Amino acid sequence: MKARVFVTLKPSVFDPQGKTIADALHSLGYTGVADVRQGKFFEIDVEARTADQAFHLASEVADKVLANPVIESYRVEIPES
Amino acid sequence: MKFAVVVFPGSNCDDDSYHAAKHVLGQEAEFIWHKETSLKGADVVILPGGFAHGDYLRTGAIARFSPIMGAVAEFAKRGGPVLGICNGFQILLEAGFLPGAMLRNRDLKFHCEHVIVRVEQTETPFTLRAAKGQRLRIPIAHGEGNYFAPADVVQQLESSGRVVFRYCDERGDVTERANPNGAVNGIAGICNEARNVVGLMPHPERACEGALGSADGLILFESAVAAMAQEGVMRTA
Repeated sequence: MKARVFVTLKPSVFDPQGKTIADALHSLGYTGVADVRQGKFFEIDVEARTADQAFHLASEVADKVLANPVIESYRVEIPES
Repeated sequence: MKFAVVVFPGSNCDDDSYHAAKHVLGQEAEFIWHKETSLKGADVVILPGGFAHGDYLRTGAIARFSPIMGAVAEFAKRGGPVLGICNGFQILLEAGFLPGAMLRNRDLKFHCEHVIVRVEQTETPFTLRAAKGQRLRIPIAHGEGNYFAPADVVQQLESSGRVVFRYCDERGDVTERANPNGAVNGIAGICNEARNVVGLMPHPERACEGALGSADGLILFESAVAAMAQEGVMRTA
């Protein structure tokens, strides 16, 4: 079963990369882009019988390894197959 | 006095650290491959700079799972002096030896230059021979040295004297201009509660001989030797 993990810097943490991308977009004329936050996306294959199990397993690895809780938060999605 | 220099795949300041300990200071030194599980009787452990495991995922994030880290944790817990330099500092943060995390430098640039740091805390095995307020001219070389910690953690570090080094200008003033990466409060290095584990972004091992442009970094290694000698005296007394 697939699980998707999105890791981003916490809202309270300044994201210089996102800021630079937003500035670049503004210079291209995309004034409608208010802000950009850059993050990471992981697609994991997990052995799980139910979506619930997959969600818990993915959350655990996100918590322990994929995200650094000091600066990052994460969100897990189990896509419907 | 024996220095152990841990070598991760991607470490690139291991030779410099070894050289500083062995050839500049004339101490014993040994490389320890990250897959090993023993520090082989070392008195001081150095986690050198570089790009351990290619900085995959996050700087230092994979290195904390290296087999040797169990022995480093044991060693640190017993009070053994551990110095994390640059990527070694990042590893100490990721492994939870020290609080906080590293963000990209605020200008997104990789900074490779000499900076000046002020010694804030001399009660660590790596700053014992320095004077409080002493300025050291030491190079930095990093893209992610923007030290960050939640406000309450920074407050705790400050109030308990655990900020060991701070970026400053030639006069010793901590200013925004003197801060190369945006680190909170100009923090360049910190220590753990027991003060035996120190991490810093600048590279003292690259500033141990006049020929390198500065020998100011040597004081960290000299301090470690002095600290060990002191402890030896206490042990035999």
